[in-house]
Amino acid sequence: MNLCGLNWRGIRAVMTKDLTVVLRSKMILLPMILLPVMLQVLMPAAFGIAAYFAGDAIAGDLEDLQVMIAWLPAEVQGRLAAQSPGQVFLEIMLVYAFAPMYLIIPMMVSSVVAADSFVGERERKTLEALLYTPLTDSELLLAKILTAWLAAVVVGVGSFLLYIVMVNLIGWLVVDGIAFPNLMWLVLVFWVSPAVAGLGLGVTVLLSTRVNTFQEAYQLGSMIVLPVVALMIGQFAGVLSLSVLLAIGLGAGVWLVDALIFWFGVKTFNRDALIARL
Amino acid sequence: MTVISTQDLVRRFGDVVAVNGLTFDVERGEVFGFLGHNGAGKTTTVRLLNGVLSPTSGTMRLFDLDPVEDGPALRRRVGVLTESPSLDERLTARENLKIYAELYDVPAADVSARVDELLGQFDLSERADSRAGEFSKGMKQRLALARALIHRPELLFLDEPTSGLDPMIAHQVHELIAGYAAEGRTVFMCTHNLYEAQRLCDRVAVLEHGHLLAQGTPHELASRYARSQRLEIEATPATLPLALKTLNKMSGIEDVEAQNHSVISCSGATQETIPDIVALLVAGGVRIVRVTPLEASLEDVYFALHEHAAKGAQS
Ligand SMILES: Nc1ncnc2c1ncn2[C@@H]1O[C@H](COP(=O)(O)OP(=O)(O)O)[C@@H](O)[C@H]1O
Ligand SMILES: [Mg+2]
Repeated sequence: MNLCGLNWRGIRAVMTKDLTVVLRSKMILLPMILLPVMLQVLMPAAFGIAAYFAGDAIAGDLEDLQVMIAWLPAEVQGRLAAQSPGQVFLEIMLVYAFAPMYLIIPMMVSSVVAADSFVGERERKTLEALLYTPLTDSELLLAKILTAWLAAVVVGVGSFLLYIVMVNLIGWLVVDGIAFPNLMWLVLVFWVSPAVAGLGLGVTVLLSTRVNTFQEAYQLGSMIVLPVVALMIGQFAGVLSLSVLLAIGLGAGVWLVDALIFWFGVKTFNRDALIARL
Repeated sequence: MTVISTQDLVRRFGDVVAVNGLTFDVERGEVFGFLGHNGAGKTTTVRLLNGVLSPTSGTMRLFDLDPVEDGPALRRRVGVLTESPSLDERLTARENLKIYAELYDVPAADVSARVDELLGQFDLSERADSRAGEFSKGMKQRLALARALIHRPELLFLDEPTSGLDPMIAHQVHELIAGYAAEGRTVFMCTHNLYEAQRLCDRVAVLEHGHLLAQGTPHELASRYARSQRLEIEATPATLPLALKTLNKMSGIEDVEAQNHSVISCSGATQETIPDIVALLVAGGVRIVRVTPLEASLEDVYFALHEHAAKGAQS
């Protein structure tokens, strides 16, 4: 394969190496498993249990939900009007309120994997041998970006599948079913989430030229910078993702930011600069 | 044929001039020793020659390729053993080799045979599927060397291949390098181990603070730069004490030592003073059987060069 004249065999070798190394590190694997389990299994289960035990008393909380319902598209409002209070509560929470939170997963996964493959590689002193291989600077950068991005997309889609099972299970056990997934979620998972993965990765790549250890990159990225970014997107998406069209727009906006970050990344990522920091 | 050729190569890092005006050639099939203290600029030179760093000024050609412009094409033909083994500790020995076989474009059908061959040759077959992180220092170095050879490079760079290894392992590494050179391939070896250079290198260049002090075969350097030579003098056993006494009184002669009942060794002689020493001994009544000048070791050359350079800096 010689797409765009790139050395795809070499790129694949670096990706295989980086992914294997990530899968063998508990420190990286653990958050990658725990986060989806917490967000996509435990939290919805808690809501399901709450709705189950509260029964119709949940109607009291619906007052607060009215604000959100008012933002929903007309046809959804019409459908909710015909549903029981418990069903409305769960649909609003699990389908709409959780949507922005889902985006934390791809962002977190891509940033952790990027921290390991960009900064961790330098810290473990394995970068130098890689720089002596025939790969060009851009092939090396591309391989590392693809690694983190692929990991984020795989974990993201996997979490989504898990969430489909959870929401439908809760819907079936607690109320008369919840309509899930809807078109908005499909846009979220396959359009917005890959873009957001690029953002988490881009932030880490930019950080990687300023920090020296995986721990620093991990802490700065996944504990300080990313939650802030996620919150901002969350605020945004909480309002916007209620409409398919606006979700598409949000995705496009994030892709644009990605493009800017990578344009800058390609300009600063070269062997000489990397070696100067060894 | 010239494999490496540099002209006035310079590389700065801020105010530090790591490499300062290097001009040298390396011919095909030779083992070229690059000698220098820590921080002399050896590693920086290797990085420049492989297009991993760009020169501040000067030119270089390897196989008629420019490392800056044709880095990927050049690196395909070159193997590098880096200063630290630079192995992925979470990967097994086999995985480490396999990934680099792919990176260096070893034909897919040959990869596993080549990996097995190297594992065998470097005595790592039994631990092929253990993670490199569990390996001893010597095993890591052998694995790193195997990795540098995975694509049968025409030119091999070795950056301090035996530093920190115990003598047995260092000896093994020397054998492997000698074997590789015997196949007619070119080796560029950075070292501060003079014994190693003397033993393995056809030609050496001596580097100090980024400058080349001298280059040539160890023999050339010895005759050109060594300030003095060791002498071995054999006399009749009866006149040996007399010889010892006479030598000890001569100015410039040092380390006078009796090797056995008839042989004395000393240092401090030069090509010019040997006839005088012999004449003085004979005049004093010593009956000489044999006088053998011993070639200066690279170590003598090295210290002479540094003394020379230091004097130059003072005046
Ligand atoms: N990336 C770098 N940034 C700044 N200074 C460097 C860098 N690499 C090497 N140097 C400096 O250049 C000089 C030569 O270093 P090096 O080539 O590693 O020497 P050697 O390999 O002979 O020990 C040293 O003074 C070192 O501190
Ligand atoms: Mg060095």
